[in-house]
Amino acid sequence: MRRAIIGIILLLALSLLTFVLFFSSGVDVTRFACGKNCTPEKRATTEKALGYDKPTVVQWTDFLQGVVVGRDYPDDPELQRESPEIVTHCPAPCFGFSQVNAKTVNSLIAEAAPVSISLAMVAVFLWVLFGVLFGLIAAVRKGTWIDRGIVGATLVVYAFPTFFIGIFLLKYVAIKWQLLPFPQYVTIADGGVGEWFVNLLLPATTLALFYLAGYVRITRAFVLESLSEDYIRTATAKGLAPRKVLFKHALRAALTPLVTMIGLDLASLLGGAIITETVFSYHGLGALALRANVSYDLPVLIGLLLLAGAFVILANIVVDVLYAYIDPRVRLD
Amino acid sequence: MTTPFLSVRDLKVHFPTPDGIVKATDGLSFTLEKGKTIGIVGESGSGKSVSSSAILGLHRHTNAIVSGEILLDGVDLLKISDEDMRRKRGADVAMIFQDPLSAMHPYYTVGSQIAEAYRVHHDVSRKKAKARAVEMLDRVGIPQPDHRVDDYPHQFSGGMRQRAMIAMALINNPSLLIADEPTTALDVTVQAQILDLLQDLQRDFDAAVIMITHDLGVIAEMADDVLVMYAGRAVEYGAGKEILTHPEMPYTWGLLSSVPDVAGDTSAKLIPIPGNPPSLLTPPPGCAFNPRCTHKDKVPGDLCTTVLPDLVPGVRSETHLKRCHLANPDAIYEQEILPEILPELVEER
Amino acid sequence: MSNFWPGDAGMPSEEPVGEDATDEVTEFQEPEMGHAASVADWGAKPILDVRDLKMYFPVKSSGVIRRTIGHVQAVDGVSFQVPAGGSLGLVGESGCGKSTTGRLVTRLYEPTGGSIEFDGRDITTISARSLKPLRREIQMIFQDPYTSLNPRHSVGSIIGAPLAIHQVVPKDKILPRVQELLEIVGLNPEHYNRYPHEFSGGQRQRIGIARALTLQPKLLVADEPVSALDVSIQAQVINLLQDLQREFGIAFLFIAHDLAVVRHFCPEVAVMYLGKIVEIADRETLYNRPNHPYTQALLSAVPNVKQAAIGGRRERIQLEGDVPSPINPPSGCRFRTRCSLAQEICARVEPPLLQIGKRHKVACHFAGELGHHPDRPITASLLGVDDTGTPDPGASPATDLGNEPGYSDTWFDLERKTMAKA
Repeated sequence: MRRAIIGIILLLALSLLTFVLFFSSGVDVTRFACGKNCTPEKRATTEKALGYDKPTVVQWTDFLQGVVVGRDYPDDPELQRESPEIVTHCPAPCFGFSQVNAKTVNSLIAEAAPVSISLAMVAVFLWVLFGVLFGLIAAVRKGTWIDRGIVGATLVVYAFPTFFIGIFLLKYVAIKWQLLPFPQYVTIADGGVGEWFVNLLLPATTLALFYLAGYVRITRAFVLESLSEDYIRTATAKGLAPRKVLFKHALRAALTPLVTMIGLDLASLLGGAIITETVFSYHGLGALALRANVSYDLPVLIGLLLLAGAFVILANIVVDVLYAYIDPRVRLD
Repeated sequence: MTTPFLSVRDLKVHFPTPDGIVKATDGLSFTLEKGKTIGIVGESGSGKSVSSSAILGLHRHTNAIVSGEILLDGVDLLKISDEDMRRKRGADVAMIFQDPLSAMHPYYTVGSQIAEAYRVHHDVSRKKAKARAVEMLDRVGIPQPDHRVDDYPHQFSGGMRQRAMIAMALINNPSLLIADEPTTALDVTVQAQILDLLQDLQRDFDAAVIMITHDLGVIAEMADDVLVMYAGRAVEYGAGKEILTHPEMPYTWGLLSSVPDVAGDTSAKLIPIPGNPPSLLTPPPGCAFNPRCTHKDKVPGDLCTTVLPDLVPGVRSETHLKRCHLANPDAIYEQEILPEILPELVEER
Repeated sequence: MSNFWPGDAGMPSEEPVGEDATDEVTEFQEPEMGHAASVADWGAKPILDVRDLKMYFPVKSSGVIRRTIGHVQAVDGVSFQVPAGGSLGLVGESGCGKSTTGRLVTRLYEPTGGSIEFDGRDITTISARSLKPLRREIQMIFQDPYTSLNPRHSVGSIIGAPLAIHQVVPKDKILPRVQELLEIVGLNPEHYNRYPHEFSGGQRQRIGIARALTLQPKLLVADEPVSALDVSIQAQVINLLQDLQREFGIAFLFIAHDLAVVRHFCPEVAVMYLGKIVEIADRETLYNRPNHPYTQALLSAVPNVKQAAIGGRRERIQLEGDVPSPINPPSGCRFRTRCSLAQEICARVEPPLLQIGKRHKVACHFAGELGHHPDRPITASLLGVDDTGTPDPGASPATDLGNEPGYSDTWFDLERKTMAKA
């Protein structure tokens, strides 16, 4: 509860900060929104329509009002009277209206989110599965060539930029060898889970490879640490089979740091997703963020930032709750 | 002569390191019968814990080089397969560790960890194993065992955790129990409880016990036989009472005279053993204790610094073994050591 | 040796440490006298006077507003004195409050109640700024020689840091002083540029002692100074501390769980249980004629090799169960839940720390030597209650049962059940 309140305060601060930074960048943001054939009149209208003529703080409070009760776009009553046909009602919680896309931010996010969520789910599944698996193998075979091979290979992959791996996979796996179909996003409703998954495999692998090295190392380090704990000796002294000692006792103890990492990485996934989605031309949140960025589309930027921020905060809360579940010492008496 | 229940012969545990071989245990031999307790005394690095881990086969698949013979009921534990060794662990040979908090997995309940030890060696249901765990917790004196069985280790006090460890170790009725500093991490009154419990249970289970400790007081109360270790080797070995009343090795004297006492004369002096324990990588030539020994001038020539003395019968009995060049240790002890550490005893005589 | 400390306390040394000083140091490394248990000087005036000291740590609730839902009564009304140049031992089991008491005396914590007087000054609530000079005079030695030294600092900078911080000696005199200190504690002075991991446990504890000595303290709080060391090394460190005490007249508050070590080091010993002193006396009395059932149980529990070597083991007094929680300590006498003597009065009335001998105080309604505990509470008439602890309207309770540090000239004689005089 306390954390949720702190989270909301943080989000408020984050949105205000974005407004302030946006308008203090020195770039003529109205010019961007105005379009190609920008006349001074059109420019004035655009500025009014976007509300950029108002002080920053007023824009921010208007935005907050929209989140709570909803808003009509364009906001200016004069413009509404002039051309009632373009007025769009944006119900609460309204995160704004993108002039560039002529859509509400909510609907833009709603279109893009499933793509990104699917991508993230498959990517997380891949990197956690293989990261933990390889990390475990490396820990058990510590010091052998298997260990060194795994750690080395993941580092090499980590060293390659994401766009390179993405293009590489696209070119060889999909186009040259045709092992997998050329990926394009298929919803589960359209093509079923199999189709959905297969199409996501390449972009998800691209995304996952970036994180894999970290998970291999963390798993390896924490399993090694817990293998040297006294309770592992106790488990062995009981006569437990080595496999059981490893999975039931050693891996369980390494779970806490892993969950923390997963939580934090999930929250920061948007950054990695931008490149991956661009390479594979997936219209997810990453691609949306990129477009909003280059066109100075403030409403979309704010919406995405708040979404990302909310996600980080939520992930932290979930991690804390999971902690208590994993580690009985954290549970409140 | 019948074969002893446990017979350790010339046990060596060596660890190769980039700087050379660390001889943690270097030729240890002792025997132990059922229902009896041997106390292994020594300081950190003397090899006492390493030796007991070797009995449990805990050095398998590490870089340690283990050689010698560990005959338990006629079976050489160093020769049997991994799977056979695994079957013996926890069933025939069990172990209690020094720090019960770190020796228990923090994420599992005490009960499930005890029950696990039972289920490894018995094909029973979870429920039955848990009932057995409750029974054992009750046996080691945990109040309300049917409630406490679901507690996590951090919810137990230090003494209760060690009781739970004992319950875990004894749940399969092992014939050999290795207790590695079982009371060092505990308060004195709790230590007294645990020592009494161990003696009590040993009587009931007729187990052979190896008690590893640095505390001669614990040894004096618990052990039938005493083995004093220094730098990986036995330096004195024999019946407990004999070793403690008539030690013949200067290191044992040092141990006795460097420990203060709760009773007796307050004018008794504290005589430390000078210097530090030797490096196991490059032990001193000759007797490993010679750099710290204050009696080596009584040995003719440079015997102490050149020749490693054998573990041979001392002057008082055939079964009291010592590793020392001194010719008349009993006289030195009576005349020089005893008046320092037990002046009241000397006065009585 | 009396002029060993260069200059007066706090003044920079006028002259570099002379040859003769070093010679003297060497001399005391191999003292002529053996290391018999230290002797008390009862006449010395107290350098530390602790009165009714209390330390309650708040226990917070979880939730949005973290309310204080209780207190851990870590130390609850402790009074004692440490004579200048003397030593008082604090013994007890884990959680009894002995370490907290030590930290209060060094003012690492600010006490909840009571007062601490050091060298005639009240230091209970003095500000952080005034604490700085105090830190020079009261130093602490810690238990764990492995974690209490910063592994990234050389021994020279660890020992020299207090000199630099307090600007006691000019910069170029720091190194000679460090080397001198290393020599005092029996380490090679040439090793000042080594790092802690290059030393053994016993040597590290010596480094910790050298650091504590750097500022010429008047009082050393030693919190389990030898319990992490091997037995053969323990004696070396105890002897070193005794030498230092003798040479420099440092007073010790010696905190340990090892009753034998405390007996050896301290002419006067206080036994703590759940935040209170239950018995305090001179060494001979406390160890030979303890009057509190907890002290008796504690002493009987110590395994004793020499005793066992002469004539088998003594009978142990088994204490049932565990120490209760200091958040909700038992009413009345805190030991009653584990005490075989406990009666109704013990739950109702807290026994005062009653002086029953010249230098002997005990907090028990049924105080007496082992096997000679009285059947009726000795404290009833003094407290103005009947034998079950119910207030007796006709009685006139004694008013001078206050929790005073030190000893008075008159005391309650257990045999005659009246006040007696020396």
